[in-house]
Amino acid sequence: MAHGPAKGIGRWLRATNHKDIGTMYLWFSFAMFLLGGAFAMVIRAELFEPGMQIIKPEFFNQMTTMHGLIMVFGAIMPVFVGLANWMIPMMIGAPDMALPRLNNLSFWILPFGFSLLAATLFMPGGGPNFGWTFYAPLSTTYAPPTVNFFIFGIHIIGASSIMGSINIIATILNLRAPGMTLMKMPMFAWTWLITAFLLIAVMPVLAGAVTMMLMDINFGTSFFNAAGGGDPVLFQHVFWFFGHPEVYIIIIPAFGVMSAIIPTFSRKPLFGYSSMVYATAAIAFLSFIVWAHHMFTVGMPLAGELYFMYATMLIAVPTGVKVFNWITTMFRGAITYETPMLFAVAFVILFTIGGFTGLMLAIAPADIQYQDSYFVVAHFHYVMVAGALFSSTAAVYYWIPKWTGRMYNETMGKVHFWVSFVAFNVTFFPQHFLGLAGMPRRYADYSLQFADWNMVSSIGAFAYGASQLLFLYNVIATIVAGRKISDPKVWEGAEGLEWTVPTPAPHHTFSTPPAIK
Amino acid sequence: MVSKAKQLVRGGIGALALLPWLHAAAAEPAARPESWNLLNMPKGVTSVSQNVYDIHMVVIWICVWIGVAVFGVMFYSMFAHRKSRGHKPANFHESTKVELAWTIIPALILIVMAFPATTSLKHLYDTSEADLDVKITGYQWKWKYDYLGKDVSFISELATSQASIYGSAPKTEFYLEEVTEPLVIPVGKKVRLLMTGADVIHSWWVPELAVKRDAIPGFVNETWARVDKPGIYRGRCAELCGKDHAFMPIVVNAVPEEEFNAWLAKKQSETVALRALTEKTFTQDELMAKGEAVYGRTCAGCHGAAGEGVPGVFPAIKGSKIALGPVADHLAIVVNGKSGTAMQAFGAQLSEVDLAAAITYQRNAWGNKSVDNIVQPVDVFKVKNGQ
Amino acid sequence: MVAKNPVRKTVLWSLLAGVTMFGFAMFVMPPLYDVFCEITGLGGKTGGRYAAEQPEVDQERVVKVQFVTTNNSAMPWEFRPLTDAVRVHPGESHKVEFYARNGTERDMVAQAIPSVTPANAAQYLQKTQCFCFDQQPLKAGAEANMPVVFFIDPALPPSVNTVTLSYTLFDVTDRQSAAVTARN
Repeated sequence: MAHGPAKGIGRWLRATNHKDIGTMYLWFSFAMFLLGGAFAMVIRAELFEPGMQIIKPEFFNQMTTMHGLIMVFGAIMPVFVGLANWMIPMMIGAPDMALPRLNNLSFWILPFGFSLLAATLFMPGGGPNFGWTFYAPLSTTYAPPTVNFFIFGIHIIGASSIMGSINIIATILNLRAPGMTLMKMPMFAWTWLITAFLLIAVMPVLAGAVTMMLMDINFGTSFFNAAGGGDPVLFQHVFWFFGHPEVYIIIIPAFGVMSAIIPTFSRKPLFGYSSMVYATAAIAFLSFIVWAHHMFTVGMPLAGELYFMYATMLIAVPTGVKVFNWITTMFRGAITYETPMLFAVAFVILFTIGGFTGLMLAIAPADIQYQDSYFVVAHFHYVMVAGALFSSTAAVYYWIPKWTGRMYNETMGKVHFWVSFVAFNVTFFPQHFLGLAGMPRRYADYSLQFADWNMVSSIGAFAYGASQLLFLYNVIATIVAGRKISDPKVWEGAEGLEWTVPTPAPHHTFSTPPAIK
Repeated sequence: MVSKAKQLVRGGIGALALLPWLHAAAAEPAARPESWNLLNMPKGVTSVSQNVYDIHMVVIWICVWIGVAVFGVMFYSMFAHRKSRGHKPANFHESTKVELAWTIIPALILIVMAFPATTSLKHLYDTSEADLDVKITGYQWKWKYDYLGKDVSFISELATSQASIYGSAPKTEFYLEEVTEPLVIPVGKKVRLLMTGADVIHSWWVPELAVKRDAIPGFVNETWARVDKPGIYRGRCAELCGKDHAFMPIVVNAVPEEEFNAWLAKKQSETVALRALTEKTFTQDELMAKGEAVYGRTCAGCHGAAGEGVPGVFPAIKGSKIALGPVADHLAIVVNGKSGTAMQAFGAQLSEVDLAAAITYQRNAWGNKSVDNIVQPVDVFKVKNGQ
Repeated sequence: MVAKNPVRKTVLWSLLAGVTMFGFAMFVMPPLYDVFCEITGLGGKTGGRYAAEQPEVDQERVVKVQFVTTNNSAMPWEFRPLTDAVRVHPGESHKVEFYARNGTERDMVAQAIPSVTPANAAQYLQKTQCFCFDQQPLKAGAEANMPVVFFIDPALPPSVNTVTLSYTLFDVTDRQSAAVTARN
């Protein structure tokens, strides 16, 4: 019989158990989510009305930059790593992750990296202020002196991601229970396998980009400096060669979560499993050949623009397949609307809207008007917040009974959902209008015709921020005092190995491999 | 460090305290009347912008109809196939025919969209046979316009005052959309716009012209516009370029050709007149008055309205060694800039008169008292010309 | 034993992939991008010194070549073309001069970076001599006329009738790296 967890702080510092590490990832990302959210509140407060009221423009730029960096690298990426740690071994019948000690290391360097990043805010010159895309030469020749800490922070975060991905690949490829073939794996495991490959391919490219920056700043090279024969546009190519796959790294595990939740609450198997796998792989492949659609205004030759436009439009096909499959899964099911399903349905609707605006952005001549405007901000928040964030919220509600052996408060969950859903749309839908009317992104202040919709957007943002505190409360209340449950199969329609182990999931699961039908 | 912490705390408190009803009382009549109605992209006044608008609308409507169909099915099953209505789940989970259909049909729709997009892009890239060439240079944080071959060149920067931005003066109709001098172009003529950057990357965006092109240091980009309708068109910098990214607007004044030619001739003679002014000797009061305006426009962005600077980023001028020390050093840094910092070589941007006024102002304002406190345009001229 | 442990094998392959991608970003992408730019004219980059035989002159066609200059914001020199524009027959060599003067009180070194627009003309503007091939030192107060000799390749796409050659002047006095291979 397996032993239980160690006692005290040592359990967490020296954790090698996938569930403990998963828990730490989840809490860490939640903390980062609140921090990045606080920065967003500062941004929206400043943009509440025209004029500079609360902060100065240079600090505003630090806020937008840190909001982006923390949400992308600190909140969304780690939350899915946390879910992967908790769920993948249970889903594929493995006793633990393949490399438990590496797992510990990849988690524990994260708080260090983010402390370094956040500490720059208090250093002379302030934190990074060049946007999360840190285009040269604003981030090199014209960067604040703290840029070296930023670069070091990115290196640490990148190393953590790469180690995490290696671990996930090693687990999925080697530790599946006998009989669990690749094409029998749950979609969540599949999406993570594909994501992990993407991460290994592109996080080193990001590391390369910041290393070149480091050398330009400190060692007199000229990768991105025109004066020495370099090219600032090269930075954008390298960055987006990382950056475009990166956005799929964020969204693909969310697809996996959706493919678990929607069948459960529709009480019907996932429609088109194999086409889902192929569509995900196709999206991952396409992500490598479309990067310059982020650069339609840099002055590429016509042929380049046309190629990147056509290639980008292609992405709509596999993405469409995924949406159609989810909807067909719901079709003729027996649907109930518990909180995870509410978030999942909202995901499908809002992600599809984000997909539509994505298609619009792909049309290069029209992108001349959209590029770097609030339209883009609205677009990526529809896929990042309503996509990645809603799906991870759904995942927490979906699996928390299995993790804790306690049921969350359903009413509070529904309130959380409805406030989030309404507030999200109030915040971000008007940003489409702002962008189309001509308001660029990353603006600390704006002219008067943008005042009304900005105020609406800010009010929505405050409500959205507040509703997340309700979520925090609900999670803590569940862990501390939720109604105890013990049925292994928490949800009536749930399928998969994780629902065959006891509830709450014991410290060690599948010490002997399960039998797969 | 302390002030940073303070700012963080203030930002946090501000965010919480900014409840709409609390703030409404303090708010000025901020919004313009049309504000709620600004929902879509402007049609604009060039063939490119009309073209872009048409494609934009076509794609929106395609998306809307796809959305209606897809969400229609979804909402139907969300409602009809609820367990609470006693619906029993089916068990189908694949259908090659259906899956093929929803792969092929979207692909066909995309191909349909690609045709107008390609035509429009080709049109947009056709910069040949222009009637006028204007070079646009992005600076932190202003634009410089050079009319190539016409000997006219000027800087265009924000005309809104710091007081208006920070709330101590009212916000007028074109708050943050007014500049010291607009780009003037003739109506009905093809104007080729060459873009470049002098420091970081900027992006010159005027929605009604459907022109957005990055201004990249070391590189030159081009695009074009033929404006059909006289009028004033306002735009902004669209690429994050540092602190005052939001404070470098663009104003384009499209005028009939005769008016344009008259304006051009006037600008050319002004250039000559300005050169003559260089020889004049000004009084301290004249210089201070002019200097305050130049300082507010050009220097205050970084060095602060009261010369206080930004600790750790932009040095203060109030009480600084340079402003209180020898004139020669002060002139040198303003005229020639300082390599590797944000301090630009203003000698290439401002006239001798403006430079003399700004330097004089810096040496006398905010309690600064330096020995040689007056700088004349001719002194600047000597520095610029190495005498 | 390495190959016997499947987990270790996966890890090693993954690590190798990661290291390869890092190397790709650092050491392959920049030169690859330069080559790509030179072939396609991406970013208006022009080729280096033209050394091959000059093509025949096309007397039928006239192309306008414009010269513009920009000072990087920290560059105080006076820098301008002595000719605004010339009309040339493709294949015909032309010499134009740029004026530079160092008005400061210190000796300085400058580097001019050329760029050509439209991008699809970049590869057809050939320079046989150019001040941008080398760094340009000027003593305090000194001035110079700096020459460029170029011709337009007759293969220039027929749609192009104006070509702009732009130089941006950077202050490279403090950059010790004379070894930098300037993209010319």
